[in-house]
Amino acid sequence: MEFFLQQAINGITIGAFYALIALGYTMVYGILKLINFAHGDLFMVGSYLGYTLVIALIISGLIPNLLVALLIIFLMAMGMVALTGALLERVAYRPLRKAGRLAPVVSALGASIFLQNVVMLIYGPRYHVYPKGILPDIHWSIGGAYVTLVQLATLVISILLMGGLYFFIQRTRLGTAIRAVALDHDTARLMGIDVNRIITLVFLLGPALGAAGGIMIGLYYGRINFTMGWGYGLKAFVAAILGGIGNIPGAMVGGFLLGIFETLAAGYLPWGGAWKDAIAFLILILILILRPTGLLGERVVEKI
Amino acid sequence: MTVALLQIENVHTYYGHVHALKGINLEVEEGEIVTLIGANGAGKTTTLRTISGLIRPREGCVKFNGQDINGLPAHRIVKLGISHAPEGRQIFSTLTVMENLNMGAYSLGGDREAIEENRRRVFDLFPRLEERKNQLGGTLSGGEQQMLTIGRALMARPRILMLDEPSLGLAPMLVKAIFETIREINKRGVTILLVEQNARAALKLAHRGYVLETGRVVLSGTAGELLRDERVRKAYLGEK
Repeated sequence: MEFFLQQAINGITIGAFYALIALGYTMVYGILKLINFAHGDLFMVGSYLGYTLVIALIISGLIPNLLVALLIIFLMAMGMVALTGALLERVAYRPLRKAGRLAPVVSALGASIFLQNVVMLIYGPRYHVYPKGILPDIHWSIGGAYVTLVQLATLVISILLMGGLYFFIQRTRLGTAIRAVALDHDTARLMGIDVNRIITLVFLLGPALGAAGGIMIGLYYGRINFTMGWGYGLKAFVAAILGGIGNIPGAMVGGFLLGIFETLAAGYLPWGGAWKDAIAFLILILILILRPTGLLGERVVEKI
Repeated sequence: MTVALLQIENVHTYYGHVHALKGINLEVEEGEIVTLIGANGAGKTTTLRTISGLIRPREGCVKFNGQDINGLPAHRIVKLGISHAPEGRQIFSTLTVMENLNMGAYSLGGDREAIEENRRRVFDLFPRLEERKNQLGGTLSGGEQQMLTIGRALMARPRILMLDEPSLGLAPMLVKAIFETIREINKRGVTILLVEQNARAALKLAHRGYVLETGRVVLSGTAGELLRDERVRKAYLGEK
């Protein structure tokens, strides 16, 4: 029971990362029907920027207090990655908007390779390590299992971010416009919505959330590498499909479910740890066969 | 001579290599109901899409209120006062009725008072929409969806309302009601450009009409003249 609880807690933590990254995939897909294969790399850039800011704050000795420092790191890294995302859309996707569906995917793969190489050239190919003890090493015991402060912070921050996004999408005028554009570009134009601006907005929001995930992964695992975007990105992509690609609550649910499945399977199956990644893709195959629209996909029946 | 509210001069529009509009000329005066009739593929919908900026004409010009609006993006054209209720009731199916209407008022920005006032007018015209305001658009009946399409277009407070096939797929009773409402909207001061396959009903409602055939205006005149015209009666009113 303790083991189960511990695996579940770890799974929820990893699920939070997947969910944050999956939101970027699902929002872009929702609005452009494009799989932004460079999204994982934007998340990786976020992780590196977080790392750089942590080091910079430590070296400069300008750490007023922990909460302020974390706030600065998150906001700056999220902002910069958001701008990178919007720039990427402008340079790599917008010129190909009318070129069918294959060309932008190829462009996305190119952007992914480009971002990885830029980071490799700047930081070098080796692993980088987030300094230890950024967050105090506190943990609590729940029924024999441990929850660390990093895990708790991950959960709180990701829930705040996702709650904020959900509120924005559901309750505000711009959020409603995002949903309208996702349904029908031309009709949205007829409403007076500047579709290009809405697309830019989506390319700001998704990467910002991804960057937050990137920093938290750095704080949680400690080690980051310029190729990490591919692996996490692919898993988050599976999470987005699990929840129903294009569906925002679906990406959140899919992320957490995938994290929990994967960690439990790794804990309970013989040699499970080695099979962890295979399990994620087994889930992808099962979903594609049994419920291609994902768990929350296409709930509304349209009358014709 | 006063300038017409909407003027289209020698407009040529292409879909890829297909020459869809081959030099269309038409005018709509303030306060009029003008109808475009014609068979499928005559270019009626393309004409509306060209006016609202969804397609750019390759040649010719579109003037609204004396201003050249050629090449303006669609979202700017709405702001000038041209609303387009598209064919096939393109409502946002997973948005509620209220959200659909709010999107119709998107071009008004955050002006809550104006939006609220427009909403009152729309609910006044279509009380059914108020009853269903929290329902998702996709769960409405065909007639209600048509009401929502028109109501949504009115939310921008247009000077001219372009309606594309509002009677499509509706029962005769509903068609009658929708046409009555269009007349009512016109009485309240909105100019109307109506595209219809149901030529008889459209000509009975309109002041003037244009007949389109394969991308050209082949005939125009007052609604009465067109209703009496031999060719129109044969081709579009189903008489021998």
